[in-house]
Amino acid sequence: MYPREFEYVAAASLGDALDALAGIPGAKVMSGGMSLLPLMKMRLFSPAVVVDIGKVPGLDAITDKGDHIAIGALVRHHQTATSPLVTEHGAALAEAASYTGDSQVRHRGTTCGSLAHADIAADQPAGALAVGATMVAASKNGMREMAAADFFVDTLTSALDPGEILVEVRIPKAGGGSAYDKLGRRGGHSDYAVAGAAAWVTRSNGTIADARIAITGVGTKPALALGSMEAFIGSDGSAEAIAVAAQRATEGVTVLEDLYGSEEYKTHLAKVFVARALERALTRA
Amino acid sequence: MTTTTSALGGVIRRKEDPALIRGRGRYVDDIKQSGELAAAFVRSPFAKARIASIDTSAARAMPGVRAVYTIDDVRHLGSLIAQVPVGKLRPLLADGVVKHVGEAVAMVVADNRYLAQDAVEAIVVDYEPLEAVVDLKDAASDRAKVHDDLDSNVLLTWTGHEWWADVIAVEDPRPKIEEAKQRSDTVTVELEMVNQRLIPVAIEPRSVVASWNEGYERLEVYSSSQIPHALAGAIAKTFGLASTAVHVRAPEVGGGFGCKLNVYPDEVLVCFASMQLHAPVRFTETRRESAVSTIQGRGWVGTATITGTRDGKILGYELRVLADMGAYSQNFTVAIPLLGLWVSAGQYDIPAYFEAKCVVTNTQTTDAYRGAGRPEALYYIERLVDAFAREIGMDPADVRRMNYWKKDQFPAVNNTGLAIDSGDYETNLDKLLAMADYAGLRRMQAEARAEGRYIGIGLSSYLEICGFGPSVLSEIGFGWNNYGLPSSFSGSGLVRVNPDGSATVIIGTGPSGQGHETTWSQIVSSVLGIGTDRIRVSHGDTAESPMGVGTFGSRSAAVDGTATYEAALKVRDKAAEIAAHLMEAAPEDIRFADGGAHVVGTPGRVVAWEEIADVAYRPHRGPDGLDAGLEAHAIFSPGNATWPFGSHIAVVEVDPATGNVDFLRYIGIDDCGNVISPMIVDGQVHGGIAQGVGQALFEEAIYDDAGNLLTASLIDYPIPTASDLPSFELGRTVTPTDVNPMGVKGIGEAGTIGSAQTIVNAVVDALAPLGVTHVDMPLRPRRVWQAIQDARG
Repeated sequence: MYPREFEYVAAASLGDALDALAGIPGAKVMSGGMSLLPLMKMRLFSPAVVVDIGKVPGLDAITDKGDHIAIGALVRHHQTATSPLVTEHGAALAEAASYTGDSQVRHRGTTCGSLAHADIAADQPAGALAVGATMVAASKNGMREMAAADFFVDTLTSALDPGEILVEVRIPKAGGGSAYDKLGRRGGHSDYAVAGAAAWVTRSNGTIADARIAITGVGTKPALALGSMEAFIGSDGSAEAIAVAAQRATEGVTVLEDLYGSEEYKTHLAKVFVARALERALTRA
Repeated sequence: MTTTTSALGGVIRRKEDPALIRGRGRYVDDIKQSGELAAAFVRSPFAKARIASIDTSAARAMPGVRAVYTIDDVRHLGSLIAQVPVGKLRPLLADGVVKHVGEAVAMVVADNRYLAQDAVEAIVVDYEPLEAVVDLKDAASDRAKVHDDLDSNVLLTWTGHEWWADVIAVEDPRPKIEEAKQRSDTVTVELEMVNQRLIPVAIEPRSVVASWNEGYERLEVYSSSQIPHALAGAIAKTFGLASTAVHVRAPEVGGGFGCKLNVYPDEVLVCFASMQLHAPVRFTETRRESAVSTIQGRGWVGTATITGTRDGKILGYELRVLADMGAYSQNFTVAIPLLGLWVSAGQYDIPAYFEAKCVVTNTQTTDAYRGAGRPEALYYIERLVDAFAREIGMDPADVRRMNYWKKDQFPAVNNTGLAIDSGDYETNLDKLLAMADYAGLRRMQAEARAEGRYIGIGLSSYLEICGFGPSVLSEIGFGWNNYGLPSSFSGSGLVRVNPDGSATVIIGTGPSGQGHETTWSQIVSSVLGIGTDRIRVSHGDTAESPMGVGTFGSRSAAVDGTATYEAALKVRDKAAEIAAHLMEAAPEDIRFADGGAHVVGTPGRVVAWEEIADVAYRPHRGPDGLDAGLEAHAIFSPGNATWPFGSHIAVVEVDPATGNVDFLRYIGIDDCGNVISPMIVDGQVHGGIAQGVGQALFEEAIYDDAGNLLTASLIDYPIPTASDLPSFELGRTVTPTDVNPMGVKGIGEAGTIGSAQTIVNAVVDALAPLGVTHVDMPLRPRRVWQAIQDARG
């Protein structure tokens, strides 16, 4: 609970923050601090500089941008979870945010912070993957957009460069319906995901026109379940089709055992939650 | 003039909450000393290793570092003092060989904790790893030793009939049990079960600050402790000081659950450092550190068998367990299984055999954790009664009822030779079944099963022993006298009516969340008629309270509460003489209520406490021969322990696809005798059940084969929050004890003792159609799911 010595920079603007990040090797961005500070206090991670963007104006809103909605870097989990806009266009992400941490954490931690932290058992990365989010990163060189599918690189590793800040997540207004469901470490939806899945689907003339399915908690990173997607797109969306798609939930994924589940159990859970997420997404599609 | 007085049993809100819930309470870490220094510890990363060398030179050279100590600096102080010095006592710092991960190897004292922690990282310890013994069965086999200088890893074996053979003669139950097993009309069910190790998670980690005052030649210590008097005694003995030269205060204590019912090396070492450095020295555990620097609880592995007739009569029960002591013996360590032994047969009048081998391992010490032996023991018997009921196809409620001690059998001598003064288990069960609508629940379950749903109803009856004495127990060969305390199990209470008619109450026990201020105010208010808002309760200060063994074993109300009650009676008697004089009446006709005294039958004419106190402090105004002052102190030594009991029901639904367990209902009927403060009692039951839920579903201290604790952080050691708990439906029966004049028994641990097996019984009941007979705790979804897979083959 006693971090090593570090320098603290309270950025007054995005430009300030980017300057600080670019100027000092080993600098780290902090928004809500819910992931960074525990690591520092346990001395598992000791950045030389912490750049706090908490007071940067203009980053704390969820806004309707016509063809998409934008979630700013300082939007708290609670805002994401309760936003009518996110609920309408990205229900999977709203649900994932509502299951993140506890009430205190949800009022402090940020959606962008959780995404950038890229925990293997976090909820919102799965939601972002399923709803086809676009990540917007700012650096001294300008803005860069990345698809969520390209953003989660490995355990606790995103595609952000050291000088970049995830300033916005965009959810396309793509129609269809989406959902997230999981088993938490304390049962139900409580705590990190032992396994969880998010799904987005659209229907057209009785068939599944498009779908994205993502899993979290089971592998080295939150990832699209490509096998399940392949099976489900073009299907009739029936219970049988769901079962077939769910069977392929961990295709291509290295499932990791931990204190909460064996490889066999987590593989099984991934299938269960892919099926449950699909069922609920279909009711909204 | 006061307006609110409270009878025993009146509902009042917790007096302490306005301070505590607004963050205005003062805990040890809030009490800053001028010029204080901070301590931090180098802790062993190995479960067993020889320390080849410790290089502290770099740390000593760091700015702000005042001292670095190793065992060579403190060996002369001896080992940590324990009440039960059986096994290997803990050295103040590792001496030659570390025996568990997290054992303190060196202590740094620096200008602040950050610098101290930096210096900890600069200390280089050269360890030569040795083979660690972690698994209980492996340890019990003595294949490898935890301590090379002990004959065996098995420190001692407790048995139910010979635990105090010199004093209490109890018949060996085994011949009867064996005979029952041989009968052709009996069935025997056996289960091997784990009652897993737990990490107590007090919301306030342990914290201590010590200041040696050279002028007064006195150590001033604040510690987050359940036993300030024992700590003062231990410190005084360690440093060869008079007990009056050590002043310990436990201010607000943020949870204890037994983990602060101990004296720790850091509590002694900050005193040492303060004397060396002539400055106050503080140590506060971090959360993760607490998992290895504070005792753990439970840790039993054992096999139980139950034998009975097909019509439900239990003819024998046997429990043989290995109990994990960890590496070192601290306060009570090897005595914890003894508390389970005493209630090993639960509420049942049955031949019962109990055997616990106390086994050391290269892990953190175990000691008292809420329930301390009783939750473990009740878990085994109550799981077995359910397994037996299922085997013979009888309703588990009927089997329990058939085998209870009956109301007219009390006082009854149980299978361990102890006298249970009172009980009425059947009435308690009846009330529970009615409140739960048990028959309706079973119908609902049958319907749900027909729909393919897995709903389970778990029942458990528990017996608790608490409020210890009798004081003769102190003759068993261990006790508080090791800490220099005058008595083993006595309680203390002082009641003083102040000149303004308010009252100060000083007690020898203190709260770590239990609401002593509310409860003691009600005790005194009920006797003196002074409003609870005019009563201040002072606790946890060794200079104020003449003695007190502290808060543990659900003893505070029954023992120190009784002492306070008796002190209040003495004050009342004296006040009655004064009031009688003022009102020209006979003292026996004086009654106290609503802030003053009146003559029986004429409540309109009142002499206020202010007037009575005025006379007490100016005795020339009172009756001839009146001694000045209006206070009394009483010490109460209980003639027996008390025996609370109860029965609980959990209703759960299991998701067979994930193994997830959902609560549908949780109903409990507890009997703690007369109730002083209903809201306090309910709160204790709520917290107790929450910790039972934690053990049943979430919590487990997991060590790997090398002795690494894998669950030191709350990320890996999930504890229940309010949102994980069902809404508890609670009720009471009231069977007063005659061990104390208030007829109160104790409720601090009952909820924990009654709940874990209730929940496991419910889950097993839910899965019974699949053939599942047992799942070990914690019932994390993975385990439940695996049990379903195994049952389905």
